[in-house]
Formats: sequence, structure tokens, C-alpha cells
Amino acid sequence: MVSTETSPRAEPAAARERFDAVIAAGERIEPRDWMPDDYRATLVRQIAQHAHSEIIGMQPEANWITRAPSLKRKAVLIAKVQDEAGHGLYLYSAAETLGVSRAELLDMLHEGRQKYSSIFNYPTLTWADVGVIGWLVDGAAITNQVPLCRCSYGPYARAMVRVCKEESFHQRQGFEILHVLAHGTPEQRAMAQDATDRWYWPSLMMFGPPDAESAHSARSMAYGIKRFSNDELRQRFVDMIVPQADALGLTLPDPDLRWNPERGHYDFGEIDWAEFTQVLKGNGPCNRQRLSHRRAAHAEGAWVREAARAHAAKRARRAEHEGSPA
Amino acid sequence: MSERPLDEWPLWEVFVRARRGLSHTHVGSLHAADAEHALHNARDLYTRRREGVSLWVVPAASITASAPDDREVLFDPADDKVYRHPTFYSVPEGVEHL
Amino acid sequence: MPEETGAQTAVVDTAVAAYVLRLGDDTLIASHRLAELVASAPQLEEDVAVANISLDLLGQARSLLSYAGRTEEQLTGVLRTEDDLAYLRSENQFVNCRLVELPNTDFAHTVVRQLLFSGFVFELYSELADSTDETVAGIAGKAVKEVSYHRDHAARWTARLGDGTEESARRMEAALDTAWPYVAELFTDDDVTRTVAEAGVGVNPSKLRPAWDAFVDRTLQSARLERPRVPPITGLAGMSGRDGVHTEAFGYLVAEMQHLHRSHPGASW
Repeated sequence: MVSTETSPRAEPAAARERFDAVIAAGERIEPRDWMPDDYRATLVRQIAQHAHSEIIGMQPEANWITRAPSLKRKAVLIAKVQDEAGHGLYLYSAAETLGVSRAELLDMLHEGRQKYSSIFNYPTLTWADVGVIGWLVDGAAITNQVPLCRCSYGPYARAMVRVCKEESFHQRQGFEILHVLAHGTPEQRAMAQDATDRWYWPSLMMFGPPDAESAHSARSMAYGIKRFSNDELRQRFVDMIVPQADALGLTLPDPDLRWNPERGHYDFGEIDWAEFTQVLKGNGPCNRQRLSHRRAAHAEGAWVREAARAHAAKRARRAEHEGSPA
Repeated sequence: MSERPLDEWPLWEVFVRARRGLSHTHVGSLHAADAEHALHNARDLYTRRREGVSLWVVPAASITASAPDDREVLFDPADDKVYRHPTFYSVPEGVEHL
Repeated sequence: MPEETGAQTAVVDTAVAAYVLRLGDDTLIASHRLAELVASAPQLEEDVAVANISLDLLGQARSLLSYAGRTEEQLTGVLRTEDDLAYLRSENQFVNCRLVELPNTDFAHTVVRQLLFSGFVFELYSELADSTDETVAGIAGKAVKEVSYHRDHAARWTARLGDGTEESARRMEAALDTAWPYVAELFTDDDVTRTVAEAGVGVNPSKLRPAWDAFVDRTLQSARLERPRVPPITGLAGMSGRDGVHTEAFGYLVAEMQHLHRSHPGASW
């Protein structure tokens, strides 16, 4: 693969110096540049996890496509799940510039050797969950992702620019769904509150463990892959959603949530990290279901992918025989 | 290159012309069984929001790229050819359209 | 004389409402079956492609159902919206052809269903683009471009799978055998089609058959597949999809599609 060769002439010391200078200047590293092994490994792990999250994230929402309560909502939801497939593809495309193929990454996902965001291991039990996913889950994702548009690795940053641009409608449509429910019948209102109650804490966990315990944070910050710490981003998210919950007339299930004038931020309650750890370990409500669905789709698609390649090969052979272009 | 599994499609780089008058710009990559298939996948993936009026797809394996370490050899010689830029030349006062 | 004209107009309007409703149901159900595949397609790129086609068809369905509802309102004074028609009719009030409700047994079944259906609506919309009814002509004129792409998409997959591996060819043959018996229903003329054809609003579908045959034969030939030798499936006491008589699988589709909407009568979403 041409794009990933490193130049044999690069003196490691000089190359390292050049790499550090690019990072320090806030410029971008591009695929064929020399890069330290742990920079490459960190990027592969993070971009792959991000891509996997997009495609696993299709499932909880696709769960409601066939039951969407109006044709307009159905169209919006199909378009949204489609975007997630697209975002997964942009991200796999960025990861492939680092010398690893999508097939290898998918294998690692299917074998449980790479992770995806734990948030998708929670079930979508009612239509209101579709709204809350847009509002809280996409809201948290956007908070995480906007700084990545300035990430030090060019292809990742460019993919994120595209993703963020397209995601802007995702959060809004979710908020709109909830707004309608919160102002609808008593049953609809209860549905909206119930979904908010179930997704609030998991959405706070999306920012990862507290800074003090985050395994990869420090290195990612030093490399300009990450720009803000987990706790900073989590705080930014809480500050954003509290007034939005007010506007919806919904309550966030956190008795410790209150404005702290000294800090100029909202204080919030203690996150149950024991649950987070369990979900991460594979014991969440939907871990097995999500992975087995993905594996099944991939396995059932194998004959289709094989046929397409066999057909392409046949056509190429025939074109060669006839001496004319395919 | 190692043998690909039978169900794996090759990688294609995608270029989009955003509108008439602009060049095609690289936007990303995708997988497809052949060129025609790649073109249609590119249409579905990279122009969902009217991003383009024309597409190119190129097998990723067909691209030859310059090495970053050759940068100085390849591009520095242009540094001292300032006579290639219009600002190199002095123009007498009052002369226009030059 | 004015009375007679009024009565005739009512006959035509009734037929137009019924005719447009059929098209709306065809595209609604075709879209629904494709949407079931989103997040389960054989390759990620195909998830995106399938969603695109499903969205196009859903857009067409919404325009057609809305128009059917408005046309009906002229006659009954009661307006049914696109959602009323999609969510509040029972299974036997849907008048789509049975072909579009066939399940996605495997990807070959999806491809074959799409090939036969988009081949049909392509010919249909091409004709309807010249309809004397401006709304119908407008919807068809826009949709024909979309459907032309759907038809190509299905034809390309037919070639890949028909002329791919032994397994894919075998699966395509099985899928063709399953879907083919439902083809005849697409091209059956009846009072509704004869009335709208006479008024210049619609067409008798039998007229579309030669062009459809030519397209399908061409596609199957290039895919090294044979036209199945299976007879058309019968109706039930002469009734079929256009009369509200459907397959067993359709009941589940409708139940799933409508349950949430129907569980909250009168609610907005």
C-alpha cells in the first residue's frame, strides 16, 4: 500500500524532530509522514473505535425505523441511520490511511478485540428513545467530536469536519421529537421522561473515565489527537443540556444537579463507574445482541461480496479475451 | 501484497467536482468490486447532500505518491525561481493592465 | 347535462383517487421492505445505497398518498392525510401489488423484487410524466429519474449475482422463482385503470408490458439467468393485492408499521 510506506531514508532522530515540530506548530501529520509507532497505534485504536461506534450505533435506531409513528419521522430516521453508515465509512477510510484494512478492523470488532462506544449497549425501548439518542447521545458525541476537527492527523480531522457538518441535523431532530412528545398526551410525556431517565447517566459516561483514571488521555493530548480532557468535555455537556431540559419541561434524574456560581458551572452527581466497567466488560444489556447482529450481517453478506468480486474478475477476463475495454 | 480473502473488495480513492469550474478534489475512499461499482457507491456515499456534479474513482493501488522525505529535493528548487511570479518585475509608474 | 357531466367527473375522480392510492401503496410498501435492511446489508456501502432507494420511494409514497387523500376529499368532504392512509387503514384496505410485500429472504430476493418492481414503475412513470393531471405528471416527472437509478442498481446486482459464483446464481434462480408468479398482477387492467387511461390521467398497465419484458429479458440475459417457467399465482375468488387481498407476510408488516401510531389515537408525533 503506497500511502503507508515510510521512507527508508528517514533518520529516526531527524524524523522524530520533524514530527515533533509539526505537532508543536499545530500543523497536520499526513499519511506518508514518518510517525512514532505509538502515535500510529493510538490513532488506529481511536479511529477504529469511532468507526465501530458509528456502525454499531445504527442498530438501536434502526430498531425503530419500521415502527416510526409518522412518514415524516420515518424518512428522517432512515436518513439519520444512513448518515451513521456514511460516517462509519469516512472513518474506516481515514483508518485505512494508517496501513490497516477495513476488513482487519471489522475482524477485530467481530472478535471483540476492538471496542465501540458503550452507549450503544443500552436498548431503545420506546419511540422516545430515538428522540433522546438524538438529543443526549448525539449531543455528547458532538461535544466530543468538534475538537477532533482540529486533530493533528489530517485524514481523521478531515473526516471529522465532514461528520460534524452532517451531524448537526441529528441532534436537532432528536430534540424536536422530544419537544413534541413532552407537549403531547400524558402517555407521550411519560414516555419522554422515562427515556430521559434511562439515558442521562449513560450519556455522561460517554466522555470516558475521570481524567485521573483515563488510560490513554495524557498521550492523546500530547500528540494533539485529543484537545480537551474527559472531565472538561463532560462539564461542557452538562452545562449545555440543563437549560435544554428546562426548555423541554423534562427533569434530569440527578438530585445533585445545581448551578454553582463560584465555578460558573453546573455541579452534578457521582457517576456509577461500576456499571460503566461492567458494560465495558461486555455485561451491558445489549453487548451480545449488538455484536451478534453485526457478525450475522457480515457473515450473511459474504456470499454477496464474493459474488461481486467473482463477477468483476469474470468481466475483466472477458474484456482481456476480446481485447476491448470492459 | 498478500492474497485478499475472497469476500474483500479493493479500495478506491474518490474525487468529487463540487460544481462546474472547479477541479475534482479528493474526498475519501471506499470499497467496491469494480470501477463501475465504485462509481455508484461513491455517488451514494459522497454526494448524499448534493456535494458534486462529477465523480472520479481511482484504484488506490494505482496512485504513486511522492515521499515526504523527498520534499526538499522536489519542491525546494522552486524557492529561488522568483522570476516565475509577477511581483518579481518592476513596472514603470502609470502603466496599467500589465 | 351539467348533472351528467358532474356524475362523470365523479366517476373519473373516484378512479383517480383509487389509482393514485395504488401507486402510493406500492411505493410505501416497497420502501418499507428496503428500510428493513438498513443496518443489515451485506456491505456498509450497500446499507447507504439501500437507504437511498428506500428514501426515494418513501418520498414518492408521501406525495402520492397526500394526493390520493386530497382527491378523495373532493368526493367525500373528508380529508385523510398521508399518515391517516399509511397508519389507519387495515391490511385489507391496502391496494398495493403483492410483489412489493415479499420479504427479504436473502439479498437475492431483495434484488429480484427491486428489479421487477423498479422495471415496472420506470415504464409507468415514464408514461405518467405526460399525464393530463398536473400533479400526477409532476410527481412522475421527478420520480422517473429516481426510479431509473433504482432500476440500474437492481440490474447491476442482478448481473453480479447471476453471473458471480455458483451459490449466488443458485440463490438468484430461487428468488426469481419466488417473485415471478406475482408479476402478472402488475400488468392487469381493470375498471380503475381503464377509466383513468381514458381520461388521460393514467395508463392501462398491460401497455407497459412489452417494454418491461424487453428490459427484464436483456438484464437476465446479461446476468446469464433464465426467465423462470412458473405460472402466475392466482388471486382469491378473482381478487388480489389491488382488491386488498394480500400475502400472509403482509399482515406482520402492517402490524409492525402501525402499532405505535395506533396505540396513541389522535396524538401528534
